[in-house]
Amino acid sequence: MEGKALSLRALSVLRPGEGGIVSVVASHHLAPKLVEMGLFPGKEVKVLFRAPFGGPMAVEIGGGYTLSLREDEAMLVLLDPENF
Amino acid sequence: MGEKRNIALAGNPNTGKSSLFNLLTGLNQHVGNFPGVTVDKRTGECRLGPGHAAGVLDLPGTYSIFPRSADERIVWEVLGNAAHPDHPQLVVVAADASNLERNLLLFTQLHDLGLPLILALTMPDMALERGSMVDVQALSFHLGVPVVVVNGRTGEGLDDLKSLLMSDIPAPRAFRFCVTDLLTLADQPEAQIRDTEWRYSRIREILRKCQVRKDSNQDTASLRSRLDRFFVHPVWGYLVFVGLLMLIFQLIFRFAEYPMEWIEGAFLALSRLAADYLPAGVFTDLLSEGVIPGIGGVVIFIPQIALLFFILSILEESGYMARVVFIMDKLVRPFGLNGKSVVPLVSSVACAIPGIMSTRTIPSWKDRLITILVAPLMSCSARLPVFMLMIRLVVPDGNLWGFFDLRGAVLFAMYALGVISAIAVAWVFGKIIRTGEQGFLLMELPAYQLPRLRYVFLHVREKAGVFVTDAGKVILAISIVLWVLASYGPPGQMNRALESMKQAHPEWSPDSPEYKEALAAVRLEHSFIGIIGRGIEPVIQPLGYDWKIGIALITSFAAREVFVGSMATIYSVGEDFEEGLVERLRDERYPDSGQPVYTLASGLSLMVFYVYAMQCMSTLAIVRRETRSWKWPLVQLLYMGVLAYAGAWITFVTFS
Repeated sequence: MEGKALSLRALSVLRPGEGGIVSVVASHHLAPKLVEMGLFPGKEVKVLFRAPFGGPMAVEIGGGYTLSLREDEAMLVLLDPENF
Repeated sequence: MGEKRNIALAGNPNTGKSSLFNLLTGLNQHVGNFPGVTVDKRTGECRLGPGHAAGVLDLPGTYSIFPRSADERIVWEVLGNAAHPDHPQLVVVAADASNLERNLLLFTQLHDLGLPLILALTMPDMALERGSMVDVQALSFHLGVPVVVVNGRTGEGLDDLKSLLMSDIPAPRAFRFCVTDLLTLADQPEAQIRDTEWRYSRIREILRKCQVRKDSNQDTASLRSRLDRFFVHPVWGYLVFVGLLMLIFQLIFRFAEYPMEWIEGAFLALSRLAADYLPAGVFTDLLSEGVIPGIGGVVIFIPQIALLFFILSILEESGYMARVVFIMDKLVRPFGLNGKSVVPLVSSVACAIPGIMSTRTIPSWKDRLITILVAPLMSCSARLPVFMLMIRLVVPDGNLWGFFDLRGAVLFAMYALGVISAIAVAWVFGKIIRTGEQGFLLMELPAYQLPRLRYVFLHVREKAGVFVTDAGKVILAISIVLWVLASYGPPGQMNRALESMKQAHPEWSPDSPEYKEALAAVRLEHSFIGIIGRGIEPVIQPLGYDWKIGIALITSFAAREVFVGSMATIYSVGEDFEEGLVERLRDERYPDSGQPVYTLASGLSLMVFYVYAMQCMSTLAIVRRETRSWKWPLVQLLYMGVLAYAGAWITFVTFS
């Protein structure tokens, strides 16, 4: 378990095409909203593309739909990288 | 006939909930507002069959029952409180069949509130395409409520829904999905997260039992990703957006102009008709010079509002607008704006009214308020006649650095001044306005789809209707007040001025045009507005204006373009004022010093004044409507007035 916790990566640092399984959503006033929008632990997500100039990123949530979120919002979501 | 049922429609945003509402109610819909908040209340009536009708309430779209915006709070209050006057007897939950997992979260929450529910699966064509259509009967069995598939595009399944709406739906067994009482979780974010996670695991379990997996259609997925790559490209993305904006303005200026001219002509004819055929008197004057032009002043905005919302809702419906927000968010954030502020601000270059009305999509109140406050700084089309008159008057026809047309450059500078000021003021308000909430983006990028014209037209009708009924009342009231002030003055002074005019020109017959023009000029000059205009002369003198400009400034509070007409009346140049007015103004000199009144300095100063000043009661009325208070329109009037005065003064001093 210890080793696994160390290998978590924030959604915000992922490049297009990379993905993983949501592991933790950091404690923040936006956290309930992120979870409601489908970023709950166990959900598979994949970065589709990012806006130019460090803008928001588009993330595919479990094949269901595309969510767009800012970098500082994506920072709250920690992923377990899945075979990358 | 049975008792009329009250039904509420709930669901996530972008689920086709609104098209379901349109299908159910058709044109029998009405937009009002929930008391005390800025949320639209969309209600309608649905005919279910002979003798059966239902009242339908379209609740704002939300992902969860726990509110995070004013819109979502309404859902929480209406559905969570059985004593609420709008609490329904039955809730139809619209859920996107192609994305059921997330859509069912709200469903399970409403279920646990103990509300009688029907689940309506929308967008079945998209679900089939993606190969994610569920087994409807199994879903109904596991959820314990009736499930019906309704295609919002074709109307397929609507009759099934209607017959369900007539039948008796029992309230579900409470706490089927979770054991906590939702209503106690309102202020407990940690508990909300645990509750939501638990619900999702239950939903996944149920969906696993109902899913009929088939191969998805890869073609649409790849088309979508190709479109996305293009629309969010660092070069093409912005070029497409700018190109589209140019096209929109071309359309608005080209097509809105004709109906606006017709409306103007029709109301002018109506005024004349009233003046000619009704018995002469105060009442007829009020009707022909106050009420009819006042209503005309409201109706004249409809072509621009309708056309702009027609285009905006097509862009919104197609899914493109979300991509604009996506690429613009980072660029405007340093200035206290949201990606969603961009389209309202750009629309304001045509007219601030539809621009401000389209800020509804901005989720954070602070971001939305700042956008509303700065939108009127974008130079709207009503400023153009003022700019054109002044440019022709004071800017020489020539070239700048050899290749720029000097007059064109000045016009461009005025527009640029508006944009730069809007950004700067947004930044300042961002520092001043403190609200507890923090802005966020977090939005769904909806799939691309062909816009449905029916929905687009309903949207246009709704926006135009809201403008006429809500803002129209205020505009009409102010126009009547302005008319009274411009038509009446202290009788002694007015009569003396009329006598001296008649003595100076005994040769004029009362029917001659010279007499009528001079009469209008004298009446305006000695009306209450004229007296105010003279009274403010010492205040506006530092800006390079005389009392005649003062009068035009006050009359054009109704709308900026009135400035030109008022100048024509004051200088009594009559109906064909275009050329005559410029000539007449050029000759105007101060009686004491003999210096010309309109110089480069005073002309530029006047243009800068119009860039900044809140000379538009219609905008103030719509800001009051959108913010539900007089506070923000007054703040706007004040800060823009201060900017106008300071800016005009600096301009005048610099160029003198």
